[in-house]
Amino acid sequence: MSFNFADVAAVRDDLAKVDYLSDEAIAGVVFLAERLQKPILVEGPAGTGKTQLAKSVAEMTGSRLIRLQCYEGLDEAKALYEWNYKKQLLRIQTERADDHDWAEVSDDIFSDEFLLTRPLLEAISADDPVVLLIDEVDRVEVETEALLLEILSDYQVSIPELGTIVAKQIPLVFLTSNNTRELSEALKRRCLYLHIDYPDMEREKEIVLTKVPDITENLADQIARVVRSIRTIELKKAPSVSETIDWARTLMLLGVSQIDEKVATDTISVLLKYQSDIKKASKELSTADGLSA
Amino acid sequence: MTVVQPPDPTVPVELGEPILDLLTGFIIQLRSAGLPVSLTENLDAMEAVKHVPLSDRDTFKYALASTLVKHHNHWKAFETVFEVYFSLRGPEYDIVDESDLPELDDEEHDEPDSGDQAGAGAGDNLTPEELQEMLYRALMRGDQPMMRGVARQAVKRYAGMEPGRPVGGTYYLYRTLRNLDLDGILERLLEQDQDTDDDPPSDFEERLRRDEYQERIDKFQKEIEAEIRRRLVADRGIEAMAKTLRKPLPEDVDFMHASREEMASLRKAIYPLTRKLASRLSRKRRHGRKGPLDFRSTVRHSLSYGGVPVEPKFRNPRPHKPEIFVIADISGSVAAFARFTLHLVYAISGQFSKVRSFVFIDGLDEVTTYFEGVEDINEAVHRVNSEADVVWVDGHSDYGHALGVFWEKYGNEIGPRTSIMILGDARNNYHASESWIIKEMADKARNIHWLNPEPRSYWDTGDSIVGDYAQHCDGAYEVRNLRQLEAFVDKLV
Ligand SMILES: Nc1ncnc2c1ncn2[C@@H]1O[C@H](COP(=O)(O)OP(=O)(O)OP(=O)(O)O)[C@@H](O)[C@H]1O
Ligand SMILES: [Mg+2]
Repeated sequence: MSFNFADVAAVRDDLAKVDYLSDEAIAGVVFLAERLQKPILVEGPAGTGKTQLAKSVAEMTGSRLIRLQCYEGLDEAKALYEWNYKKQLLRIQTERADDHDWAEVSDDIFSDEFLLTRPLLEAISADDPVVLLIDEVDRVEVETEALLLEILSDYQVSIPELGTIVAKQIPLVFLTSNNTRELSEALKRRCLYLHIDYPDMEREKEIVLTKVPDITENLADQIARVVRSIRTIELKKAPSVSETIDWARTLMLLGVSQIDEKVATDTISVLLKYQSDIKKASKELSTADGLSA
Repeated sequence: MTVVQPPDPTVPVELGEPILDLLTGFIIQLRSAGLPVSLTENLDAMEAVKHVPLSDRDTFKYALASTLVKHHNHWKAFETVFEVYFSLRGPEYDIVDESDLPELDDEEHDEPDSGDQAGAGAGDNLTPEELQEMLYRALMRGDQPMMRGVARQAVKRYAGMEPGRPVGGTYYLYRTLRNLDLDGILERLLEQDQDTDDDPPSDFEERLRRDEYQERIDKFQKEIEAEIRRRLVADRGIEAMAKTLRKPLPEDVDFMHASREEMASLRKAIYPLTRKLASRLSRKRRHGRKGPLDFRSTVRHSLSYGGVPVEPKFRNPRPHKPEIFVIADISGSVAAFARFTLHLVYAISGQFSKVRSFVFIDGLDEVTTYFEGVEDINEAVHRVNSEADVVWVDGHSDYGHALGVFWEKYGNEIGPRTSIMILGDARNNYHASESWIIKEMADKARNIHWLNPEPRSYWDTGDSIVGDYAQHCDGAYEVRNLRQLEAFVDKLV
């Protein structure tokens, strides 16, 4: 068995090569996930690169990304597999016309040919290397989580009519959650846990530099500093990394090279979504010694 | 990407007994700090550390964290236990008596590791002014190793730690900081920036710089805390230290005794908690109740299945939301409790047909309008504390009088759809209880609950008369922390 990474530093480097700026914690957990063959549950505030992490890992390992987007009401038929009823019906009708043995027909219509694979089954049965992303798992009902448990711990799927399908190779699995509800302990026990928070100033600056073409180091630095300051204010929703990137692009479009108070307050609505946050932050930024300290 | 073939990749490093014992001890400490570590997770951790070099402290820490800590709220507790438990292990954490400080040159750019000073401490020879100067430079440059060096030296000099002395870390922290004048250094750092600039900085620019220096100072303070912890562990042993440092998890922090820092962590915890609660409750509402079967729609639908009613259709459930009255004591000792509860109730106000809120000390005032049309509940809660008219005579709680005012003004607005929540410790300063009012309210309302932020064992001691009131309520609950508050609201809706 061979591994993609020699050590944690290699994970970091390889991620950086595909434009994902990680830190010790992120790289460490990805490294372990491969060694221990365990899924990673990624939690954290919106827009901090949870989904992107799975995509970037797929890219850097040259794997195919298979994504299961979760939503309320997601069920087995959409997540795992479904029998192709139409095709089965057609077959039954033709066979009946030919006067066939029923047992034979029944065996026949519950075979691979009539199986519609959905993301989970697809990931398990893949021949090529895949990364499975189960995105926003907190959106499904607690009961639906049970669907995932077998895959996450044994990398297999049981289909009553076919038997158990075991993975030919263990995929790297990422689950993301925005923490809108507590996930079950059973699910958590099966996963390594990673909380991705807002990046520190240095990392955010690097992210801006990689994501925004032609931006100067100086501007990226200012952007990271301002965002860091805004995040110290108590807000309903702090700016996310994607909002930082949007802001950087806006400033580039406007041809800004130096961020002063006017620029910051004129464009702050790119960073903050709530009117009350915008008001509060604008006020704070024009105060030398901070109100909320 | 590099594909690596380790010598014998299927066989990870075998761990010696000592490491396993060490881990077992660590997990015991985590459990007694309240972290739920299951057997699987325990085994995973043992497996995980085989794959990371023990010498790399960060990697080691994250390997343990990712297998043992599955709630972000528990991270801080984990980190504290980790620092204490492993603080004496690992070479860079050895207690050396000489601090590895460089000589203080008069030049601006001395390197932190210029030291060829063998043996006992260059740091020891510094005058207090020189140490201060060195801290100033370390902070200016954001030089972490130098900050650590100064922190060690400062603790050694100023904390006055003596073996066996039974005082806590905060005391030593205080003594150390008192000698360092960090506020003065912050001002100096800001002034120095001004000197090098042509124009005076704008308020905006100064704010950014202040935040940046403040962050470095916070880091420095963390170094000091770590050094104190290290020395305490050396003195008292790991177990004793882990016990004294044990901090409650945010959801278990007592409303009535929260420190400033804990208050901040509570305020942080409340948003995700309310979001979580709101989505859980609305899910409950949607799934818990199906309306009656809708025949017409079911039949209409069955047409596409040749008249077989394969898919029964239901009417929308009639919304049957209660109206809620919150009546909260906001006097000093219980103000925080009232704040969090009001916040929570308004955050899930969609679950009720209407929310009305009343606050009191010895007088009572309705504050419902403060919350109408506001985006930021926090702001409204803040206004309640500063603007509501709640003092009648002397600003000491008088439940009897406050209830009297309520009954007279609003009593006839209570109806069979009204749920009432009363918040307070019922410490009545030996005034009359007027508990008959609660009985009258209970008769008219759908239900009435009393939430008390005091431990149950204190109820009805001293001037607490909660029992007097509770006998007329549908329930009286101890609600001392977010966990209990969440559980109560969950049950109520
Ligand atoms: N560490 C990073 N390196 C590079 N880009 C990043 C990083 N973190 C975030 N981004 C960028 O931020 C954007 C948002 O990231 P992503 O969609 O993964 O967030 P998320 O955490 O999944 O958010 P949500 O919770 O809203 O789903 C992405 O477009 C990504 O390019
Ligand atoms: Mg996402």
